[in-house]
Amino acid sequence: MTKIVVLVKEVPDAAVQKQVDPATGLLDRSGEKTLNPFDTHAIEAALQLKESGALEVDEVVAITVGPSSAVKALHKAVSLGADRSIHLTDDALVGSDVVATGYALAELVKRENPDLVLAGQQSDDGQSYAVGAVVAENLGWPALTQVIKLEVDGTTLTCERQAEYGYDTVKVQLPAVISVGDAINEPRYPSLKAIMGAKKKPLESLSVADAGIDAGKVGKEGRKAVWTAAQQPPAKAAGMLIEDDDTAQTVEQIVTWLDERKLI
Amino acid sequence: MTNILVYALHHEGTVNKNSLGAISTAAKLASELGGEAHALFVGEDVSDAAAGSVGAYGATKAFRVAAPAGVPQPIVDALDAVLSQGEYGYVIFGGGLLGFEAGGAIAARRGGGIGVEITGLRVEGGELVAERPILGDTQISDIHFRGLGVIAARLNAFEAVESAAGSTVPVEDVTVTLSDAAGKVEIVTRGEQRGADVNIEDAQVLITGGRGLGSAENFSVADDLAAAFGGTAAVAATRAAVDAGWFPYAGQIGQTGKTVAPKLYLGLGVSGAIQHKVGMQSSDAIVAINKDSNAPIFEFADLGVVGDLHAIAPALAAAIKAKKG
Ligand SMILES: Cc1cc2nc3c(=O)[nH]c(=O)nc-3n(C[C@H](O)[C@H](O)[C@H](O)COP(=O)(O)OP(=O)(O)OC[C@H]3O[C@@H](n4cnc5c(N)ncnc54)[C@H](O)[C@@H]3O)c2cc1C
Ligand SMILES: Cc1cc2nc3c(=O)[nH]c(=O)nc-3n(C[C@H](O)[C@H](O)[C@H](O)COP(=O)(O)OP(=O)(O)OC[C@H]3O[C@@H](n4cnc5c(N)ncnc54)[C@H](O)[C@@H]3O)c2cc1C
Repeated sequence: MTKIVVLVKEVPDAAVQKQVDPATGLLDRSGEKTLNPFDTHAIEAALQLKESGALEVDEVVAITVGPSSAVKALHKAVSLGADRSIHLTDDALVGSDVVATGYALAELVKRENPDLVLAGQQSDDGQSYAVGAVVAENLGWPALTQVIKLEVDGTTLTCERQAEYGYDTVKVQLPAVISVGDAINEPRYPSLKAIMGAKKKPLESLSVADAGIDAGKVGKEGRKAVWTAAQQPPAKAAGMLIEDDDTAQTVEQIVTWLDERKLI
Repeated sequence: MTNILVYALHHEGTVNKNSLGAISTAAKLASELGGEAHALFVGEDVSDAAAGSVGAYGATKAFRVAAPAGVPQPIVDALDAVLSQGEYGYVIFGGGLLGFEAGGAIAARRGGGIGVEITGLRVEGGELVAERPILGDTQISDIHFRGLGVIAARLNAFEAVESAAGSTVPVEDVTVTLSDAAGKVEIVTRGEQRGADVNIEDAQVLITGGRGLGSAENFSVADDLAAAFGGTAAVAATRAAVDAGWFPYAGQIGQTGKTVAPKLYLGLGVSGAIQHKVGMQSSDAIVAINKDSNAPIFEFADLGVVGDLHAIAPALAAAIKAKKG
């Protein structure tokens, strides 16, 4: 019997122009939010391990660290197939860096004591690619990121990923933290029934104190990487943009543009 | 005294260009901080010549740990051992996947912080400040560190400069007791090349196919366009297309592929993700055909065309052929 924990994050919706609040230096979270699209691949990977019987999975638990609105991302995770979810939310966590976020997540994982932790390849907003490795370090477990093929044989995972010199195949012993790449699968759409039922599945909400997390190691006080409000990069001359309404004309414009630059 | 330790990625006897860039930068910064830049090699087969060669880029010492290469856990243990025996303020990784993994883990183990995708480093008030572009490169944040600062540089952000051509440095072997986690990871094959050995680095014109092409068969659209340009035109691809098995890995542009700078880069159904952009942004002219007007590639394309590539690309190929006569 095995348990899988999936790490999921709430991020601004793809259609929202993401920006940093100049006063706080934190991401402006006022717009529409959604489940990090990269994390749906991690949920799907968990379900495929369960459904294929590769692992005898009796529970898939979605965990997030985030503001109160992040409940919506957990509902989405459950509608996609997680059995229940855990939400760590506390003002003390605001402004946590990657190391602090990974520490807090690891404390939640310890409470669940799963056999496998799955994460996404990156969050759509922070894009650090590193949270999974920090979680694993805190647990003393092995970790691998950007995994696009995952096979299980007993307690051995065979993982494939693309790295700097080509494709690597790596064997990892459970328990482990695996961050999956977006090429690993095509996430399913939740059924209407699953969407309706998501709010009825157990959702545990915890504060930093509830979870036994050292408040001094998280948030603005605890973080070891401190970022300042962002600056605009030097403006780059805007390129020319053609909306293709009439393809013959579009093509003529492209050819002229290329020809002027002696590129044909 | 603040020294800087650089992780030196290597494969088949060659030190990664991005690691050499990190060493050059570390050497310059360390001298401003009153310290030295050292390099760390982890691998079973690192020669004295390879490890010692970092002297040419300004490092004053090379450490060598005999442990499996290509996976993060042994690197974390090796870094930990070396950091324990010297006065180091920072660890730098050149652009690379292992930098995110081993970098995050070593920051956590030693109570430090990490900055990823760093494009610039400077000394201010006796400490390093790292520049990190965020939110699709629309803004740049300054990162300061409390405790150990771990920097995972963006690909191609730092240039390898042979400041002391020909010099070599002493290589010090360090014996490391690997952690339990390291014992649970085993690299079976490394650097497997999938697909044909295509050459994209010498092409003057690169037609790049992305996920938007839709299938391996549809790469014929890119082939036809390349053929219309003739001469030194070739076809390349994004990771999404390569991972899907539509195109050989040797023809992939980006973070874990090739870095190219042709006269003309023309993207078909390429979104322009950062990891792709870092491999092609030095191209002289960038043209993108994408049906989504919000695609990030339009932020840095010189000519952006919002439309269906399946309608536009074949017509463009025909028009170019006609023009050439
Ligand atoms: C302007 C700005 C600059 C920043 N610079 C830095 C910096 O230099 N260094 C630094 O350490 N932090 C920095 N941060 C903070 C960092 O973005 C957050 O700590 C963030 O919560 C974690 O990183 P990520 O979202 O990039 O995760 P990634 O590492 O990209 O996420 C990978 C995976 O980890 C899991 N995951 C990530 N976050 C959570 C979560 N909260 N809950 C559950 N699962 C999760 C998901 O599965 C995700 O797919 C910065 C933030 C801002 C706004
Ligand atoms: C550590 C790491 C390393 C990476 N290394 C690399 C790397 O080396 N190289 C690389 O490329 N990526 C790399 N990536 C992946 C990168 O983040 C992106 O996922 C990838 O570049 C996306 O490829 P794409 O543009 O083909 O696909 P997508 O992002 O899916 O974009 C497809 C585009 O096609 C457009 N489109 C669809 N249909 C049509 C149509 N009919 N006509 C016109 N346009 C259409 C869509 O609007 C969309 O913008 C890496 C990621 C990570 C985390």
